Amino acid sequence: MTRSGGATTPSRGTPTPSGGTPTGLRLYRPRVSTWWWTRKRSYLVFVMRELSSVFVAWFVVYLLFLVHAVGRGEAAYLRFLDWAASPWVTLLNVVALAFVLLHAVTWFALTPQAMAVRVAGRTVPPVHIIAGQYTGLVVVSGFVLWLVTR
Amino acid sequence: MSRRRVQPLVWLAFSAGGVAAAVLLPSLALLFGLAFPLGWLDPPDHQHLLAVVGHPVTFVVLLGTFVLLLVHSAHRFRYTLYDGLQIKKKRTVAVLCYGAAVVGSGATLAVLWAAA
Amino acid sequence: MADSIRLRVSRYRPDTDPEPHWQEYDVPLRKEWTVLDGLNHVKNEVDTTLSFRWSCRMGICGSCGMNVDGEPRLTCATFLSDHAPGPVTVEPLANFPVVRDLVVDLSDFMAKLPRVKPWIIHPDDHRTVEPDVEYLQTPEQLDAYKQFSMCINCMLCYAACPVYGLDPEFIGPAAIALAERYDLDSRDRGERERLDVLVEHDGVYGCTFVGECTRVCPKHVDPAAAIQRYKLKAAMETVKAFLLPRGAR
Repeated sequence: MTRSGGATTPSRGTPTPSGGTPTGLRLYRPRVSTWWWTRKRSYLVFVMRELSSVFVAWFVVYLLFLVHAVGRGEAAYLRFLDWAASPWVTLLNVVALAFVLLHAVTWFALTPQAMAVRVAGRTVPPVHIIAGQYTGLVVVSGFVLWLVTR
Repeated sequence: MSRRRVQPLVWLAFSAGGVAAAVLLPSLALLFGLAFPLGWLDPPDHQHLLAVVGHPVTFVVLLGTFVLLLVHSAHRFRYTLYDGLQIKKKRTVAVLCYGAAVVGSGATLAVLWAAA
Repeated sequence: MADSIRLRVSRYRPDTDPEPHWQEYDVPLRKEWTVLDGLNHVKNEVDTTLSFRWSCRMGICGSCGMNVDGEPRLTCATFLSDHAPGPVTVEPLANFPVVRDLVVDLSDFMAKLPRVKPWIIHPDDHRTVEPDVEYLQTPEQLDAYKQFSMCINCMLCYAACPVYGLDPEFIGPAAIALAERYDLDSRDRGERERLDVLVEHDGVYGCTFVGECTRVCPKHVDPAAAIQRYKLKAAMETVKAFLLPRGAR
C-alpha cells in the first residue's frame, strides 16, 4: 500500500510477464502488506473505527446478561452488579465504551457525506447535520437516564 | 434491477444499526457498564427495572435495536476481516459473521421474551 | 533555506530489474519548484533514463500523479519546499502495476470506466430530434452535478483506496463519482442502467468508507460521498422492488 521511505527496497511484490497487457511489457505488481493499516494515521483510525463492531457486539451480550438477571429476580440482579464491578469486566467496559464513542464520533462526522439532506430545495450545511445528531444523542441519553432512574 | 438483491438491504440494516450504536448505546453502556456497578450513581432498584424491561414497548424497542446492532456489528466485522487481515475465504467469513448475528438475534428474542 | 534537496526515487527497469530499487538525486531547492520540476531537472541534467508522465504542469491534465512521501499527489502541485529538508521519496502511484520507474499501467481503469456509462443517456437522442437541438439547463441544475464533473482521472483516489489495493475487482472511486455526475445531470435518464452495474459485488458495496479518496482528490470531487449516496440510492430501489409488484416498477 503506502510504501513510505526507509526500506531498502521500495516495495515487495512480483514482476509478472506481460500477461495480456496491451503494451506487452513485464509489469511489476506491488503486493499489499498485511500491516498496511499501521503505516498511516488515517488508515489506523479507519481500522480502529471498524473494530468498534466487536465492542458493539460485546455490549449487546452484556446488556442481555443484565436483562436476563433482572428477569430472574432481585438476587440475580445484585449478583450481576457485583460481577460487573469486578476488575476485568470494568476494564473491558472502559475499553469497549471508548470504542463505542469512537464509533459515535466518526459516524456523526461522516453522515453529511453519506447523505445530502435537502430542505425546501436547499442543501442543509454539514455542520447542521452533525449538530442535529449530537442533539439526538443528548435527548436519547437524557431519556434513558430518566427512564431507568426515576 | 432485474434481480432482487439482499446486499443493499443488509447495508440498510447496517446503517440503521450504526445510528442506534451511536445514539443509544453510549448512554446504556456508560450507565449499566460503569456508573451503576461502580456506584457512581445509585443503581435503580430491581422492582423498577423489572417493570421497565417487562413493558411491551421496551420489549419491541430492545428487540429491534439489538438485532440491528448485531447485524451492524457482523457486517462491519466481516469487512474488517477482509481488509485488515486480508482473509481470502470471503464466503466462509460472510456465513460465519451473519450466522453469528442470526444466532445472536435468536438469543436476544429468547432472553427478552423470558424477562418480559 | 538549504540550496538543494534530495529526491529518493523508485526505479524499475523491466528488462533488467527483478523489482524496484531506490536511486537518489540532489536537485536545487527553489521556492517555486515542485516535485515535477525536480524530476524534470533530473531528466534534463542528471539522468536521462528516468521515466515519468507529465504534461500540463498546472493540475488539469491529471498525468503526473505519484506517491510523494507515501501520499498520492499531483507532482506539479506539490512543492519541494513543503517537504524540506528531505529526502523526498517519489514512487509510482500505489495499487497499480508499474510499467517502468514512475510510470504505472492504467488499463484496468480504462476498462472499468465505460462500464458505468459516463455519458448522457436519453431516449430522445439525435435519431429522434433535430441534430442541433440544445438541451437547456438552469444554473441550479448545473450545480447539482458540477462538483462530480471536476474529475481529471488522475487516479490519486485509486492509489489512496485500500479496498482497491486489496481487491482490484472493485470498480473504484473515480468511476463511481463519474456515474453520479451523469445521474445528477438533468438531461440524463440512465440512472437505472448505471445502478444495475454499480449494485454488483464489485460495485459500491465493496467500499468500506475509508474516505481517503476524498482526502487526496486534488479537484475536491468527493468520490466517497458519491459512493455512499449510491449505496443509499440502491438500497431504496431494492426496498421499492421488494414492496411494489413487478408491473408498478
